[in-house]
Amino acid sequence: MSISKDIEKVELPVTILQPAKGLGALNLRDLWLYRELIYFMTWRNLKVRYKQTLLGASWAVLRPFMTMVVFSIFFGDLAQVPSDGIPYPIFAFAALVPWGLFSDAVSLAGRSLVQNRHMITKIYFPRVILPLSSILAGLVDFLIAFVVLGGMMVYYKIPPAVYVWTLPLFLLLALITSTGVGLWLAALNVQYRDVNYITPFLTQFWLFVTPIAYPASMVPSKWQLIYSLNPMAGVVEGFRWALLGTEQGAPGSRLIVSSLVAIVLLVTGLVYFKRMERNFADMV
Amino acid sequence: MSEYAIRAENIGKRYRLGETLGSYSTFRESISGWLRRSPRRGNERDSKDDLWALRGLSFEVRHGEVLGIVGRNGAGKSTLLKVLSRVTEPTEGYAEIRGRVGSLLEVGTGFHPELTGRENIFLNGAILGMKKTEIAAKFDEIVDFSEVEQFIDTPVKRYSSGMYLRLAFAVAAHLEPEILVVDEVLAVGDAEFQRKCIGKMSDVAQQGRTVLFVSHNMSAILRLTQETMVIDKGRMVMRAPSAQAVDYYLSQGFSEEGSKRWEADEVPASAAPFRPRVLRVCNAQGQESNTVRSVEPCSIEIEYEIDEPITGLRVGIYLMSTRGEYIFTSFDTDEPGHYERLATRPAGRYVSRCTIPADLLNEGRYVIGMNASSFRIRRYFHDERALAFNVDAAGAPGTHWPEPRLGQVRPRLEWKIDTVEL
Repeated sequence: MSISKDIEKVELPVTILQPAKGLGALNLRDLWLYRELIYFMTWRNLKVRYKQTLLGASWAVLRPFMTMVVFSIFFGDLAQVPSDGIPYPIFAFAALVPWGLFSDAVSLAGRSLVQNRHMITKIYFPRVILPLSSILAGLVDFLIAFVVLGGMMVYYKIPPAVYVWTLPLFLLLALITSTGVGLWLAALNVQYRDVNYITPFLTQFWLFVTPIAYPASMVPSKWQLIYSLNPMAGVVEGFRWALLGTEQGAPGSRLIVSSLVAIVLLVTGLVYFKRMERNFADMV
Repeated sequence: MSEYAIRAENIGKRYRLGETLGSYSTFRESISGWLRRSPRRGNERDSKDDLWALRGLSFEVRHGEVLGIVGRNGAGKSTLLKVLSRVTEPTEGYAEIRGRVGSLLEVGTGFHPELTGRENIFLNGAILGMKKTEIAAKFDEIVDFSEVEQFIDTPVKRYSSGMYLRLAFAVAAHLEPEILVVDEVLAVGDAEFQRKCIGKMSDVAQQGRTVLFVSHNMSAILRLTQETMVIDKGRMVMRAPSAQAVDYYLSQGFSEEGSKRWEADEVPASAAPFRPRVLRVCNAQGQESNTVRSVEPCSIEIEYEIDEPITGLRVGIYLMSTRGEYIFTSFDTDEPGHYERLATRPAGRYVSRCTIPADLLNEGRYVIGMNASSFRIRRYFHDERALAFNVDAAGAPGTHWPEPRLGQVRPRLEWKIDTVEL
């Protein structure tokens, strides 16, 4: 038969099955082989997200926008929270856009494995694709909201700051942080469903320790270093600095701390995820 | 290059019962678990909570070989397939797999109800490991095979279950892996669908690809495979040419017990002086077995004791389908000769044994009821559903057609085919 001859000719990929040892299990080759699946899962998450909703993708804008309105009324007008010399609404919105990326990524990635357990128990693919693709899908919401942010800057006649070219770096920092936290929660959720209850609380708490409704300058200087342990603080401040040119100046040394923490989160998240991965199908 | 598609050495898979059975664990449970476990940390391995679903499995599968895997429920067949298709990692051992592993039990994995048929084909293909270009090239073929072209742009949540299954199967069937894994036990769907699965499998096998076929259907195993592996309690007990392995499997009376034993407290006081002890089904070799072959005679034995002489006693069985339809009733004193000889049965221990002839029962599951009575005088003991057993049709008339035969009996009738001159 011709096909069997083809099989002889083609060099077949060899898969080795054995108990994984140490950290050698990261297996980037497989991730590369399955790169199209990352694309397809991201695309699926996008397609499905706003199905059967009245407002569709406008939710990507509406959610941060409505939060901004509430913040502007309560913190901006009533509580008179200072906003580094920028109109409060855009001060809040510039922070809510990257924050939305983070909080969506964390809650979606955290649930991604458990929600797709029928796939995990039936078929092999690099499991990390599930949290990754839910984070990537959130990026599209981010871009939509970002366009609105641009519109607001035009409305308030705020020109982009000189350092606007650094913005992708802060976006990258946000993605690294989201992925790190998302991987931790996703892997923990397989074994401990407590994660489902902790996540909303965690994001709410995190919202308050991030300078979204208030400027980071309100934090007493002796707490600044501890404060910058929160990578999202670096992201949010960086966004304001790069876009709106707040008087804070470059976040400097605090940004380095934020970035280090983000990288530690990502690396430990990956290691923990990979360590647990082999048992996902048995536990989920 | 090596001629082996799969080479496994000493594969083992351990499950922690506590972890897997209680599917939801919480922080609190595991914290208290650590506290309890810590004093005996040294002998943590192989504690009594461990279950080895597979142990010490070594085998090789050549390229193009069709290997059957049989074993009773819980023997480890499905775990083996899961390990080989990389769903779960072995706890110990080593295996080498050459080529892509595809499986017909992953039908519809990752299908999303909100997406259209077209979108799901691409998504599902990607999940099964196909490249986008590969899917695009086979797209028309897949749609043709699934017979849903009219609805290809409709969300699959509006599909009937049959359409859904056809589409899902079409994608899986066009994956063309080098190694195909089929778990018939898990295959969902109607008989038609299962036929399609088996048909696809023979195609694949004829193309010279490697197939692993797990089934409880011995005739399918015999028809489709050359060699068969018998697994029991996670270990390989035999690997041989299929005919030999199937014979071994059936004659070993694997699967559950082929007998029903009545303990003293299970027998109502009203049965006295009759005391049933054991009812058992034996295969042609005389061994107790839960599965017997249609083409061989089998026997049913009733063991009982009588404490006082009983007049006119008859001890017998009902044979029923699992749905409760009676197939026949038979008593040990149906023969007038026996009846006259045992008009009054003296006290003692007895075995009444009958033989069910070869080529009588169709494949399926049957229930035996038991009755001990004296006609029009008294019913001593009665158990409507004492024991169930299976009949396997391997080798029975007509098994070269992969179809279920209607009816409870499957006699070997003598057919004559004459040409009629016009």
